[in-house]
Amino acid sequence: MTVKQLSVFIENRRGRLGEVLHVLKEKDVSILSMSLADTSEFGLLRLITNDADKGCEVLNSLGFSGTVTNVFIIKLPHVAGALQNILEIISANDIDIEYAYGMSVEANDATIVVKTSQIEKAEKVLADNGIGTMSPEELKAL
Amino acid sequence: MIWSEKETLSRKEMEAIQLERLKETVYRVYDKVAPYRKKMDEAGVKPEDIKSLSDLSKLPFVTKQDLRDNYPFGLFAVPKDELLRIHASSGTTGKPTVVGYTKGDMDVWTECVSRIACAGGAKSTDVAQICFGYGMFTGALGLHYGLENIGTTIVPSSTGNSEKQLMYMKDFGTTLLVATPSYALRLAEVAREIGIDPKTDLNVKIGLVGSELLTDAMRDEMHKYWGEDMLITSNYGMSELMGPGVSGECEYLNGMHINEDFFIPEIIDPETEEVLPAGEWGELVITCIKKEALPLIRYRTRDITRLMYEPCECGRTTCRMANLSGRSDDMLKIRGVNVFPGQIEEVVLSVEGLGPHYEIVVERDGYTDKLTVRVELAKATDSFKELEKIEATVRNKLRVVLGLDAKIKLESPNTLARFEGKAKRIRDLRKGN
Ligand SMILES: [Zn+2]
Repeated sequence: MTVKQLSVFIENRRGRLGEVLHVLKEKDVSILSMSLADTSEFGLLRLITNDADKGCEVLNSLGFSGTVTNVFIIKLPHVAGALQNILEIISANDIDIEYAYGMSVEANDATIVVKTSQIEKAEKVLADNGIGTMSPEELKAL
Repeated sequence: MIWSEKETLSRKEMEAIQLERLKETVYRVYDKVAPYRKKMDEAGVKPEDIKSLSDLSKLPFVTKQDLRDNYPFGLFAVPKDELLRIHASSGTTGKPTVVGYTKGDMDVWTECVSRIACAGGAKSTDVAQICFGYGMFTGALGLHYGLENIGTTIVPSSTGNSEKQLMYMKDFGTTLLVATPSYALRLAEVAREIGIDPKTDLNVKIGLVGSELLTDAMRDEMHKYWGEDMLITSNYGMSELMGPGVSGECEYLNGMHINEDFFIPEIIDPETEEVLPAGEWGELVITCIKKEALPLIRYRTRDITRLMYEPCECGRTTCRMANLSGRSDDMLKIRGVNVFPGQIEEVVLSVEGLGPHYEIVVERDGYTDKLTVRVELAKATDSFKELEKIEATVRNKLRVVLGLDAKIKLESPNTLARFEGKAKRIRDLRKGN
């Protein structure tokens, strides 16, 4: 099952990242995980929040450039080498990962955010291999 | 419809006409126009030196200042009693620029305007409302005779009283509107105020706009209010050359077809005054080769454009000039290269994923000039690759067009300043500027 991720374009200008975070905080959109991909000129901020749609709407109304995309939040079992195993299963099934970043939920629970354009196929492969993903309801409850 | 077969000649046929008319004009001007004879003598060029079209570049330029210096009739090639009409353009400073027409000039003018009106979609069945000010300005009467010649029904409503204009439009069934783009937008605004929706309550399908720059944003705005199916074309001219009718867009909207059998276009570097190869941006210079009263040779228009000789889908073979990208006074010199804002605009508009707004920033970094082009993303994306691709595409295209490396700064939508009228898109931060 996928969840909604909020992506925001950021000009690499002093304070721009702070502005985004401030806007979200003002509107009670809380950030659970964050990743920033950037060059010297611009960046793409990706956020797992409790309400991606609301965050996106608020940001765009203020002149930011935000969009909502579906990503998997894969739950990592408490086993050594769990991440490696999962990545191997994904790649063995020819699923391209566009990007991935970590997200820690509670002290001991780790999850990983994964973006692929092959959502249906990934859904099946993950289910067939008993790999758990976080549902939108679980995310909201965090 | 193509009005004249002269618009579809082969290059060779066109050049033969141009050369014959150019030679004739140069002899006549040398003989009749003392101030230009003096210029030619000073440049050491005689009428017999003009043997081919490329010899045109040997001839001296004429500027607006020359017209002022010889106010009112000093550059005329015919005695005053041969004039049928006099027009004048209001100078912002000092004396106006005076132009005159013989019977032959009036006929040529009518022919030229008929051609561009046809290119813009005009037909004999149209009802043409001319919302240009009638008077000393050449726009209204130029369009008037050209459209009448096609057989359209003319409504010479002139400017002002927008409510009455709209009443005529509705009651007379106007199908063709002649106006400046800003007045066309103003009319649409007044229409909505008085409860008329131009899209459904009026039947205006053709817009011939001129005497003011038509930007793409304005064209889009016009479509929004007047209807998506309205054919809106821009046309070009200036009173010094004749008035409207020098060139006009066809339905393919890819540049304005020049009436080349009456006007020879050249593009020069405004600083060095050298003639530039076809396709390069620079200042438009026009030589009138069939004018009797005021045959200006190599008139510097100060308008920036480029010439396209590739055949057009409409079937016309005449050279096209790109929509103006400003005045030659807007030219920037960056690392020794001439840059016109319009070149950058063309690149920005051609890249998918970007909005039409941009800003050009020029800075001095040590001894070199640094060019930065700020562009706006048109839509949000989650793909880093897409952003990198947009950036690289703009950079590569600019390198091809300008021969310069520019830094591209992607910005969020609505970051760059918006302008009502003339856009200020250049920030030159170099010393002394
Ligand atoms: Zn054409």
